Amino acid sequence: MTAIALSLKDLNKSFGPAKIIDNVTLDIEKGERHAIIGPNGAGKSTLFNLISGLYTPTSGSVTLHGEEISGMAPHLINHRGLSRSFQVSNIFTNMTVRENVRCGVLNALGQGYAFWRNIGSNKEVQTRTFEILDRCGLVDKAALPASLLPYADQRALEIAITIAGGADVILLDEPTAGMSHSETERAVQLIRTATEGKTLIIVEHDMGVIFDLADRISVLVYGDIIASDTPQNIRGNAKVREAYLGDEDLPEEIA
Amino acid sequence: MTDTTDFQNLAPSAGQKFRQRTLPFLILAAILLAIPMTGPSRTFYTVAHQMGINVVFALSYNMILGKAGLLSFGHAVYFGLGGYLAVHAMGWIEEEIGLWGSIPMFFLPIIGFFGGALAGATIGWPSTRRAGTTFAMISLGVAELIFAAAFMFDSFFGGEQGISGDRMNGIELFGLSLGPIAEVYWFIAFWMFVGILGMWAFTRTPLGRLSEATRDNAQRVQFIGYNPQRVRYMVFIIAGGFAGLAGGMAAVNYEIFTPDALSLLPSGFVLIMAYVGGITYFVGPIFGAILLTYMQSMLSDFTEAWLLYLGALFIGIVMFAPRGLAGIIFGFFDGLRGAERGAFLKGWITSLVGGLFMLIGLIILVEVSVRWSNGYGEIYEPFGLHLDHASPLTWLLFLATTGAGIGLTALANRHKEGTT
Ligand SMILES: Nc1ncnc2c1ncn2[C@@H]1O[C@H](COP(=O)(O)OP(=O)(O)O)[C@@H](O)[C@H]1O
Ligand SMILES: [Mg+2]
Repeated sequence: MTAIALSLKDLNKSFGPAKIIDNVTLDIEKGERHAIIGPNGAGKSTLFNLISGLYTPTSGSVTLHGEEISGMAPHLINHRGLSRSFQVSNIFTNMTVRENVRCGVLNALGQGYAFWRNIGSNKEVQTRTFEILDRCGLVDKAALPASLLPYADQRALEIAITIAGGADVILLDEPTAGMSHSETERAVQLIRTATEGKTLIIVEHDMGVIFDLADRISVLVYGDIIASDTPQNIRGNAKVREAYLGDEDLPEEIA
Repeated sequence: MTDTTDFQNLAPSAGQKFRQRTLPFLILAAILLAIPMTGPSRTFYTVAHQMGINVVFALSYNMILGKAGLLSFGHAVYFGLGGYLAVHAMGWIEEEIGLWGSIPMFFLPIIGFFGGALAGATIGWPSTRRAGTTFAMISLGVAELIFAAAFMFDSFFGGEQGISGDRMNGIELFGLSLGPIAEVYWFIAFWMFVGILGMWAFTRTPLGRLSEATRDNAQRVQFIGYNPQRVRYMVFIIAGGFAGLAGGMAAVNYEIFTPDALSLLPSGFVLIMAYVGGITYFVGPIFGAILLTYMQSMLSDFTEAWLLYLGALFIGIVMFAPRGLAGIIFGFFDGLRGAERGAFLKGWITSLVGGLFMLIGLIILVEVSVRWSNGYGEIYEPFGLHLDHASPLTWLLFLATTGAGIGLTALANRHKEGTT
């Protein structure tokens, strides 16, 4: 049996009387590419917030590589190898693109809090930063203030910051939302290479992207996972069709 | 993907680095070396030394306000505690207690640094857990607390008289006895340079950059693995250290520290210095410290109402030029380099003249009112004018200058909006 990277068990989250996440149990294997789909307001982002430490679960547990992480501070969860992106771009707008990425790289190399060395003098930091920028197609925009980036590039930077720390479990929240068709294609390519060999959990609305990218799909409706299976089986699942997928949404081809 | 691109081309070129980083420090060093050659007066030295101390103090304040986004109402606590420790050390050196006899007075600012950093580490531990309003309120409470404590623990704070010392003791360094004011100059110049260089270097370290990232987006830094509380705490300690360094400079310069140095007054003054200078620029607080120290020592000789002018300046900057003096100066040069130079210059001069008219109006109002309220019958007589509070001419002049000032500034603003 393959090792489990991330495991959710009987996870619940309520805001006041509203139960947003309802007894979610889910195991994600190491190296798996797992997509989470579901209508707006289903609780997908809330699920990410619970896993990454932004919210504390009302009950239930989250384990990362066998270690309980629910209730832990976000930076401690990040230290244990989990990194997430945000649905709404969450970048350092006053910094250049390069500095944005470098912040993440520095932490991975254990120099985050250093106050005794010049930020520009470490070759490894500069090389890693360059690699990430290159992989995300941002090299020619490296010196731009992040606030001046076009929308699609801001989304790419969001991913770049997320992977910069070298985490092996990556959570991406709607990385292609609002992109044009060609931009989406580029982004998917980027996600594929950037998360090579890593565990990926992705929230996505574009069915083409999902069926192209994912090994397994979970369908979340009203905070409840109604199905979790391979793309083929999800497509054939009557419950899923009824609850969520309109027939017209299904692409004919599966990569 | 372009695998052939060399990663180093992302950093600024060597020429840019020299112009933006090395050159300003060379110029600063040259100015500091040149000043004594002009044969300055005693008054000049006195004011210049106070400026040097305030430059370091204001820069240390901006490490937390500008760079870390923490609004503190009690930064003088770290200046004062560092300074007090330095004055005590001055006494220990004089009495040659233990190893102290072998430490030159010249190094007292380092003692001040440790004092300030230690105070920062102690007080910052609870206070930097939160940013925003909570932090600001705690800083105010702590400042009140320490000021009150200063009158209770006489052995350390010396009560109202404070603690004094004598800097002409211990080992002489660089042949400086630190007796004559011209020798103290080198001491101040040296530590001011070290302070500026050190704080500038800090902005170039990972922690320095991280503190800006935390200021801008404290949530995001958590998700790339940083603890914002730890970032704030570390920056706070270092800022406390540099405030203490300034305190150590003041200890040697004045040879006395009183509880007033810890009070809310200098805490407010350092806030105004940094803000008026411009907190979004590294050099901003330097400009602010120089201007406000000048105003404090010179203007207070000319007019008893100088605090009113200080307040008006502060409010004016907050309302009309939130990027401070540095913003005005750099904005001017950027405008000159811009495409529409003529239009920019016209607008700029219009605002400048408008500002001057408003300033004249303000001066008339303040000076006439102060004399009127004093009731000694003294009359404000600038340039042979006889501005009595009872004469209509006075108030006509006030209304005319103020009105012209407001009109011109509005005109300049309308032009600016028209062009952009
Ligand atoms: N902090 C919060 N407080 C109250 N309600 C919340 C909070 N966060 C999310 N919700 C609610 O939870 C539901 C799911 O939101 P979300 O997880 O963003 O959905 P999705 O990402 O699937 O579109 C929504 O109804 C939203 O209003
Ligand atoms: Mg969402």
